[in-house]
Amino acid sequence: MKTTVFKDKHEAMGAKMVDFAGYYMPVQFEGVNVEHQTVREAVGVFDVSHMGEIWVEGPKAYELVQKVSSNDIAVLSQGKVQYTCFPNDKGGIVDDFLVYHFSREKYLLVVNASNIEKDWNWLVKQNEGVGAQLSNASDETSLLAVQGPLALKAMQKLTDEPIEDMPFYTFKVLEFAGVKDVLLSTTGYTGAGGCEIYIPNESGPEIYDAILEAGEEFGIKPVGLAARDTLRLEMGFCLYGNDINDETSPIEASMGWLTKFTDGNDFINRDYLEKQKQEGVSRKLIGFELLDKGIARQHYPIKDAQGQTIGEVTSGTMSPSLKKAIGMGYVKKPFAKSGTDIFIEIRGKLVKAQVVKRPFYKG
Amino acid sequence: MNLPGNLKYTKDHEWIKIEGDVAIIGITDFAQNELGDIVYIEVNTVGETLEQEETFGTIEAVKTVSDLFMPVSGEVLEFNEKLEGAPETVNQDPYEGGWIVKVKISDNSELEDLLDADAYKAIIE
Repeated sequence: MKTTVFKDKHEAMGAKMVDFAGYYMPVQFEGVNVEHQTVREAVGVFDVSHMGEIWVEGPKAYELVQKVSSNDIAVLSQGKVQYTCFPNDKGGIVDDFLVYHFSREKYLLVVNASNIEKDWNWLVKQNEGVGAQLSNASDETSLLAVQGPLALKAMQKLTDEPIEDMPFYTFKVLEFAGVKDVLLSTTGYTGAGGCEIYIPNESGPEIYDAILEAGEEFGIKPVGLAARDTLRLEMGFCLYGNDINDETSPIEASMGWLTKFTDGNDFINRDYLEKQKQEGVSRKLIGFELLDKGIARQHYPIKDAQGQTIGEVTSGTMSPSLKKAIGMGYVKKPFAKSGTDIFIEIRGKLVKAQVVKRPFYKG
Repeated sequence: MNLPGNLKYTKDHEWIKIEGDVAIIGITDFAQNELGDIVYIEVNTVGETLEQEETFGTIEAVKTVSDLFMPVSGEVLEFNEKLEGAPETVNQDPYEGGWIVKVKISDNSELEDLLDADAYKAIIE
């Protein structure tokens, strides 16, 4: 199992550690509910060093990224970040990821830990005949997500470069806590605002200490992966492996907004996905709230009032902010409209639920 | 790890307090800590007579769901209704306020299957 440079610090702070996608990661510190609330109301810091960082460089960098990404990178300029996915050639998704635009000859792709090897192999294959330079910096790069309404205010103490007014989904390379060339972006997976900070491994521990110290007056706490999951699910964000995978299309997953059929964006599988968009799909990813007691979990069947199976749950939890059981899943198209009554089969019992719009949590 | 000496335990991480012919049942401090924040406890077996090891309910934490097993055979007499509105009591006070059900013991010989605090401690260490 791989470890991050923060392992000793997590253990010293009493984290419960688990194997996540082959990495020894903190799932919880003080408790998922209090950690969740800290991020919604103040600021929390997550170790997400397990995420993968792949650089695409050289004269062919733009061509390769445009080819593999469903979103249109033509709209990007220096300092911009974009959320997108790699469509496979069979109507599914290889992974979802972030693109950082340094120049048309230099992009950083940030991918899911569980998919680093798969994504790398996919990129190498798609690069045949294109000829961009690929390098995998995942093992040398640490990543801390500092999230919450007070995150940027707290982190401003650690850099002279102004960061508090940075627009969402932008980045800067700056000196941070005395370390040069730190990449800071106003991105995250919580819907609470804040930033993500990419650090060379050797500077990781000192920056972590500096972040905790700078955040102390704002009530900063370390946060584990369990709260990362409840936070993202309250926002209705997809988790690869749960809500999207090699067999779900971005159109089915309501990710049409990152699948851009613009001129010049000739990405892999474009024709198939464009046809899906025009003709419609037979199933859609929905959000739902349980109206009766129970908690929906991944793979529980979704049924109609007659007890016919109409889909399956992909993610579910008790929302710490809303105190409601929420979830996501795929259902047949006629049941995808918000307000539709559906039922989740929980241990043989049908529990009433209703399709609702995402995000579940609206701040 | 808090393990009161006056209670009996099971390998399924439940504790049992014997009061005459009634067993009060909950989950151990170790179990609540492993589960994390508990958000819902479902027991719809009140009034039913169940065998030892049968499921009498489920406990939902944020991340996982676990079954609750009968440590001894008997009739489920009562569910701790306080847990309906405040399931987190099981995290905060697993051995007192966080008791889950009371069961009328039907076979006293089964009590011999239960572990004492030291034997349970050996399992979780």
